[in-house]
Amino acid sequence: MIIVRHELRRGRIPFIVWTSVIGALLAVCILLYSEMKLELAGMQDMFSSMGGFASAFGIDRLNFGTLTGYYAMECGNIWGLGGAFYAALCAIGVLSKEEKDKTAEFLLTHPISRVRVITEKLSAVFIQIVMMNIIIFAISLVSITVVGEGILWKELGLLHLAYFILQIELASICFGISAFMRKGSIGSGLGIATLMYFVNMISNITEKADFLKYITPFAYCDGADIVTSGHLEWSLVAIGLAAAVICVFIAYFKYSRKDIH
Amino acid sequence: MEIIKTENLTKYYGKSRGIIDVNLSIEKGECFGFIGPNGAGKSTAIRLLLGLLSPTSGSAYIFGKDITKEKENILREIGYLPSEVMFYSGMKVKDIVKLSADLRGNDCGKEAKKICERLDLDTSKKVDELSFGNRKKVAIVCALQSNPSLIILDEPTGGLDPLMQKEFFDIIRERNQQGATIFLSSHILSEVQRNCTKAAIISEGEIIAFDSVEALGKSNTKRISVYGRVDLTNLDGIKDIQEHNNISSFLYNGDMNNLLYRLSNGDVADLTISEPSLEEVFLHYYEKGGDL
Repeated sequence: MIIVRHELRRGRIPFIVWTSVIGALLAVCILLYSEMKLELAGMQDMFSSMGGFASAFGIDRLNFGTLTGYYAMECGNIWGLGGAFYAALCAIGVLSKEEKDKTAEFLLTHPISRVRVITEKLSAVFIQIVMMNIIIFAISLVSITVVGEGILWKELGLLHLAYFILQIELASICFGISAFMRKGSIGSGLGIATLMYFVNMISNITEKADFLKYITPFAYCDGADIVTSGHLEWSLVAIGLAAAVICVFIAYFKYSRKDIH
Repeated sequence: MEIIKTENLTKYYGKSRGIIDVNLSIEKGECFGFIGPNGAGKSTAIRLLLGLLSPTSGSAYIFGKDITKEKENILREIGYLPSEVMFYSGMKVKDIVKLSADLRGNDCGKEAKKICERLDLDTSKKVDELSFGNRKKVAIVCALQSNPSLIILDEPTGGLDPLMQKEFFDIIRERNQQGATIFLSSHILSEVQRNCTKAAIISEGEIIAFDSVEALGKSNTKRISVYGRVDLTNLDGIKDIQEHNNISSFLYNGDMNNLLYRLSNGDVADLTISEPSLEEVFLHYYEKGGDL
């Protein structure tokens, strides 16, 4: 667990910054709900008639007059995107930064196997994601209680579970990519998360691009679908988790054999 | 017992040459010098031994164990000092030293403290604040604190001032006397000549000489210094001639009778004949067609 501890210490400041910013935005968003709920309820008809644009964000199927609808849309975007960016950034550099910062020589000339390095680094990434999810979930619960709304455990739980799986999938994809990289990788991480987000929007706009939902993890995080159906689309989740496992396997395969220059 | 043994160890980076058919044999307790200019393949050979690179072909054994199969066990007994020292930004020296000990699974606190004191290293500073020389000291502590039985040093004295260089080599000599095997890669020949018993010279990825340091220095070639006037024109076997203030100094590996004849016909006030330094031998090996 030495490398896990070391990675958690190194990632401490980004973790605090990202968690604080996302948590604060989420809390503000929820605290604004009581002021906005009447106005938003009146806007429902307008959203429903906006066609492709509204479909892209899923707002044509949500009732903004309820906290669940509001949360799925507003908070979902903040936590969905913020969490995805953090997970991608956290994972994309975890292996490659050792080579970029030339610390790989220090680490890998100690009596530890590459498999152990990979396992502990991946564990550190997952631990940070889990910790952030717990904190953000707690902030949501407290904020909802503060505005005096009842907590809809099932919907809230499903939304947060979907985002957690999305973060694990994106982190695993980025971890796999990190095993191949030698230099800076922040751009790649942000790029992958952003690309997946927009792929989901395209898939929502037109049925011709419906197949894209099998590519992007944002597809199974669609707040409108989760809230209206009351469950996750497990087939998409399974595809996402399978992709995650494959990417992690690739990371093990590549990094165990990689030449460290 | 052979501590390091390589058999036709070869590494190519794509089409670029790293090292070619390197054969080395280093016995327990030896202090071995690995000499070569920048880009000759010294660091590639070391990285292969440490398992950072995979060989293209050939094999290498440390403590009789295959480096590709038992890397973890091998590294447990190796202390490595890299030429370019980089640590995790933001960490304090004591944290780096502790991290290194933890990664080895050892409690090396006492030994680390002893080495830090000898090298006059402030462990409370952050590594980012340290000069190159002080970072090197941190790496020395990390490499030696676990009392490894094989110490691999890659250009170890870069950045260290002369006093620290002396202290460093004192520590290395002590470790060597206690039974540790030393692998010293350097392009500073005096370092190798002073500290090593055996050496190999590597050029363009290939070992071009491998012998005891004494034998490498000994050859048919002599360094001749003549004080006075001598006609040396068209004398076969003369190299590296330097003439200054009535003194002629040159390397000579020709017929000694011819040289004595020329000297006897000249006006010689004094004459010295000595073995060439390892530096001269080294330079000679890198001359095209050089043959001692």
